[in-house]
Amino acid sequence: MEPHAEMVHWMFATCLLLLGLFLLAEAVVGPEVWARRAWRPYLWPGLAFTMGIFMWPVMAFYTNSAIHMYAHGSWAQVLMLAGGAELGLVHGRLQSRWWRLTMPLAFAVTGIAFLVHEQNTWYFARSAFLHHVLGWTFLGAALIPLGLVFKPRAIALQSSFAVTFFVLAAMLYCDRDIAPIFGHLSPLAGIPHR
Amino acid sequence: MSSTYVRSLPAARTRRSRRAQVISLLGPATIAAGFLWALLQPYRLTLLHPMHQGFWWLVTEPPLLVMVAGVIFALVVARPLLVDLAETEQ
Repeated sequence: MEPHAEMVHWMFATCLLLLGLFLLAEAVVGPEVWARRAWRPYLWPGLAFTMGIFMWPVMAFYTNSAIHMYAHGSWAQVLMLAGGAELGLVHGRLQSRWWRLTMPLAFAVTGIAFLVHEQNTWYFARSAFLHHVLGWTFLGAALIPLGLVFKPRAIALQSSFAVTFFVLAAMLYCDRDIAPIFGHLSPLAGIPHR
Repeated sequence: MSSTYVRSLPAARTRRSRRAQVISLLGPATIAAGFLWALLQPYRLTLLHPMHQGFWWLVTEPPLLVMVAGVIFALVVARPLLVDLAETEQ
């Protein structure tokens, strides 16, 4: 009854796509218009926090090694931390802008976790390739939320942040459990199921 | 005096309309991207061959998920946001 791992990737990709759309819309209209309805500023931090919550069952049900458990567990923690910090800032419970450092931290931890928990080489299979690409993309893109800590109203950084989520979503949508990448598929990977 | 207003209004309107245009396009563009993907890779749509497919294969179909994200954004976020944007700009 459990969905395949690739399906979980697609569901998280959809959440990332929505996150990107919310962030891009906020960047286009500006924070004042975005905050004209009380619920709207909670939208993307709430979604990030919810993704963190749903990462726990992923950790519990898709653990095929200790390193997978650590990777998914650390994602769940940093996603909830970053989403929770943004929720606190939106609500006014948190005042210091340094709480926004939780987002680059989440990106960095996610990137490292992607790279560490992928045990195979780049061209082993498509999922291995994408895990390497996603890891390095998350690590590099951590600079964008880091820049937003110091320049929160920079349109270029806000837009880049949103577009980053589109790119990450596209990569996750490309994920298949067993599929070739640029014609390469290790015989050890198994037989593609469809 | 009147020339000042005449000069400033069109520029402001253009800026406003561009923001509104971008917001109103985001949802349909996402839906169109999902639709295009479905055309390019129809084998990723399990609904086209639904017999003997499990629950998850019928629920998680990437091109449809992209379209659903576009619909959610257009209806839940973009529509009220456009109203607020118009009110702010007035």
